[in-house]
Amino acid sequence: MNRFVWPLIAVMALLVFLVMGLRHGDPRALPSPFIGKPAPEFELPTLRNPEVTIGTNKMAGDYALVNVWATWCVMCRAEHPFLLELAARKAIPIYGINWRDSRLAAMRWLDDLGNPYLASAYDEDGRVGIDWGVYGAPETFLLDPEGIVIYKHLGPLDAAIWQREFVSRMSGGGQAE
Amino acid sequence: MIPEIGHFALILALALAICQTVFPLVGAHRGDAAMMAVGRSAVIGQFLFVSVAFACLTYAFLTSDFSVLYVANHSQLALPKLYKVSAVWGAHEGSLLLWILLQAAWALAVARFSTGVPEAFSARVIGVLGFLSVGFLLFALLTSNPFERLMPAPGDGGDLNPLLQDPGLAIHPPLLYVGYVGFSVAFAFAIAAMISGNLDQKWAKWTRPWTTVAWMFLTLGIALGSWWAYYELGWGGWWFWDAVENASFMPWLIGTALIHSLAVTEKRGLFKSWTLLLAITAFSLSLLGTFLVRSGIIVSVHAFATDPTRGFFILTFLAVVVIGALMLYAWRAPSLDSDVGFGLLSRETFLLLNNVLLVVATALVLIGTLAPLVVEMMTGGKISIGPPWFNVAFLVPMLPLIILLGMGMHTAWRTQKADAWWRVLRIPAIVAIVLGVVIPLLIYGRVSILLVVGCGAAAWIVITSLILPIRSLRREKGTAGITRSALGMSIAHLGMGLFVIGVTVVSAFGVESDQALQPGESIEVAGFEFHMVSLSNVRGPNFSAIEAEIEIRDDGKLIDTIHPQKRQYLVQKSWMTEAGIRAGLDKDLFVALGDQLGQNAWSVRIQYKPLIRFIWLGALVMALGGLIAISDRRYRGSSRETEATA
Amino acid sequence: MKRLFVLVATMLLVSTAFAIDQGKRFDDPEMQARYEKLISEVRCLQCQNQSIKDSNVTLAADLRREIARMIEEGQTDEEIAEFLVVRYGEFALYSPRKTGKTLILWVVPFLLVLFGGYALMRVVKHRMSLPIGDDTDR
Repeated sequence: MNRFVWPLIAVMALLVFLVMGLRHGDPRALPSPFIGKPAPEFELPTLRNPEVTIGTNKMAGDYALVNVWATWCVMCRAEHPFLLELAARKAIPIYGINWRDSRLAAMRWLDDLGNPYLASAYDEDGRVGIDWGVYGAPETFLLDPEGIVIYKHLGPLDAAIWQREFVSRMSGGGQAE
Repeated sequence: MIPEIGHFALILALALAICQTVFPLVGAHRGDAAMMAVGRSAVIGQFLFVSVAFACLTYAFLTSDFSVLYVANHSQLALPKLYKVSAVWGAHEGSLLLWILLQAAWALAVARFSTGVPEAFSARVIGVLGFLSVGFLLFALLTSNPFERLMPAPGDGGDLNPLLQDPGLAIHPPLLYVGYVGFSVAFAFAIAAMISGNLDQKWAKWTRPWTTVAWMFLTLGIALGSWWAYYELGWGGWWFWDAVENASFMPWLIGTALIHSLAVTEKRGLFKSWTLLLAITAFSLSLLGTFLVRSGIIVSVHAFATDPTRGFFILTFLAVVVIGALMLYAWRAPSLDSDVGFGLLSRETFLLLNNVLLVVATALVLIGTLAPLVVEMMTGGKISIGPPWFNVAFLVPMLPLIILLGMGMHTAWRTQKADAWWRVLRIPAIVAIVLGVVIPLLIYGRVSILLVVGCGAAAWIVITSLILPIRSLRREKGTAGITRSALGMSIAHLGMGLFVIGVTVVSAFGVESDQALQPGESIEVAGFEFHMVSLSNVRGPNFSAIEAEIEIRDDGKLIDTIHPQKRQYLVQKSWMTEAGIRAGLDKDLFVALGDQLGQNAWSVRIQYKPLIRFIWLGALVMALGGLIAISDRRYRGSSRETEATA
Repeated sequence: MKRLFVLVATMLLVSTAFAIDQGKRFDDPEMQARYEKLISEVRCLQCQNQSIKDSNVTLAADLRREIARMIEEGQTDEEIAEFLVVRYGEFALYSPRKTGKTLILWVVPFLLVLFGGYALMRVVKHRMSLPIGDDTDR
């Protein structure tokens, strides 16, 4: 094989690689390093009542959703109706982490739009967010009854994603459609 | 109505581009002069219709026609007129139209200015350029139509990304694209040579000016982008190894290698197949760059709207073009070998070194840009390759190149006698080493390995670049002066030296300080006093801002008052930092507002940047060198001229 | 002045693009230098391709704060890097760490130059063996 064919071969390899790269998906999506590991422990004051705390210890025993949200987050508002629907159906316990927000504004938001959360933790300075590897809102974590993180979804939740990514990962617990 | 005219014009342009492709290529194959002439007319027609389309899009922006989706997404009523125009190329669809326009413009230039070239050859070149136009026009019409309507039309638009609302942006993409697209001409010349099977020193002579012009514009475009990022984006940084920056830098590196390789081919008929390969690679990198930026495959500060469908289209086009070219190469290259030689110490050797090091540098940039993707696809983990790696990796081939640069210029073709060579270079070498130590000590009071090497290398390039021009100035009458080609080379290399000076000094001696400041307070940085006079809020046409007034004093004397701002653009609600800069050739004093620390206090980043303007000045001088080189007598071709030198 | 106050107060309430940073600057120049170096090597994950030093967004400010805290607590650079990698993965570091898989990346530049040099040597050797010719060759 003459040496002038090498550039062609190299380029074809590069092209194959680029095609694979294209089908790969969003380059900005960070897989959560916690998948398969226990959810990072925390205990924070709840949004409504700072005297009462909510934390990972209260979430064990059943599948749970931990949803990171904020009033300044436009996409959170977009997914809110679906969360309300999940809560109404009692499909899965939903806990919120109100991330880097104003307590007043957050409470008012829930009053106006409805509250799908069993409780919302108030993460004022974002420390818990960092511990969970949160880098945008909304993010939703799926925890199993032992408190292990099974899945993390970036961006707003909807019925299709719920079915495809969450329900499929829950065996036994949680209600399917 | 106007958008529809624009759309229709694009379709007509596509039809003409198809003519521009088919007729000349078939005509050249058959020796049919009439068919080949059709190609030239098609070029003019395509250019006209693309211009019409471009004008229609510009019109839509100027009249704020929000029924056009692209305009609605990237403009608003309150946008200043200059930016309404520059918004035309501010996002994917419009910048693609700009590419198409420039592709047609280059084809027009080739049709107009290649009178010294045989008809069949230039017909093939035009045909290849037509093929490229077809590809891009199809891409636009099928996936990225800038004239798509939005019904019902909104009352106001989504505003142009505030990052782009700046005079620097108005010129940066056009300049850059002229270069980017311009490499397609060298590419077309290469394809034409391979189709005809004819590649000789004349071919190199024809190709060289086209390549140099494209290279010049790319140099200017990249430099402008760097300068713009410096004052607009980067908190005083001027290069970030961002994927989009790399996408424009890789063609530049290969383009530089190509110019040097063409020199060897023109002079001695050597490295023909290598030069061909470089010509193919330069434009392939342009295409690759456009793919990377528009496909969503790469994370970047200025990647365009991400869309895998578009990515697939470009990738297919890239595949067709490059694979086709390389197949031709594999077929033709083996017969191109020549059997002349050269000695160990010769200009040919140095130019080979130049090429090897530039190719290594390009490969490193490519690896750094794509490696995160490779790793992610193979292992699922995400790694990050940023400036810390790039800065080190790039220096590995570049430092030797800088040193070899000074030597190669003064090495004769074929063989160079070592003692004569050393006689020329001995004093510059000593002076460079001495200056490398003395300059940092004298001016800035400090010395380090990095500094000595950097300053020494810069001094070395500057001195060796000036040898030829100075000699020609001092010549007695009766001897020929320096050719424009050699003068251009010297000036271009001098520009490189200025660039290295700028980079070394600002990296080594730059000072950066983050401090909290309130009105009435002062801070000292690098011997200058920065006094915050006041904070106020101001309004612009489409933004509101906090503005600080900062007085700069040197030794108690007021030298300037600057106004850094923190702007919030009203529609997109994004925040922008407008730095206050006291600029000067010897140094920049750069102040940017950081975070709000309290009611009236802000964190302020103050930077002292010595000789940073040499970075862009160096690039300018490099481009000037290119301009001088192509004005050389032997490129002012008429057919008569060509025969005389044949 | 009152208008400025109102504007500033409103921005403080409404906008979380402003992070309120307190005391992230160190008096100790060595700690300050470590801080500066670390924040220039950590990626701002909310942004596209910027370090947390150069970015304005909330998360960047939060991470700067955490890093400052860890420096103050006496943690080493490696421990701080590990903290970030545990939560965000290797991607959080701008520069691949010089360990294991990523070590090869740091070696690649030298490998390429060596390879290029070898290829060049072969070409030059070959050419040296051919007739050099004179100015009349075409």
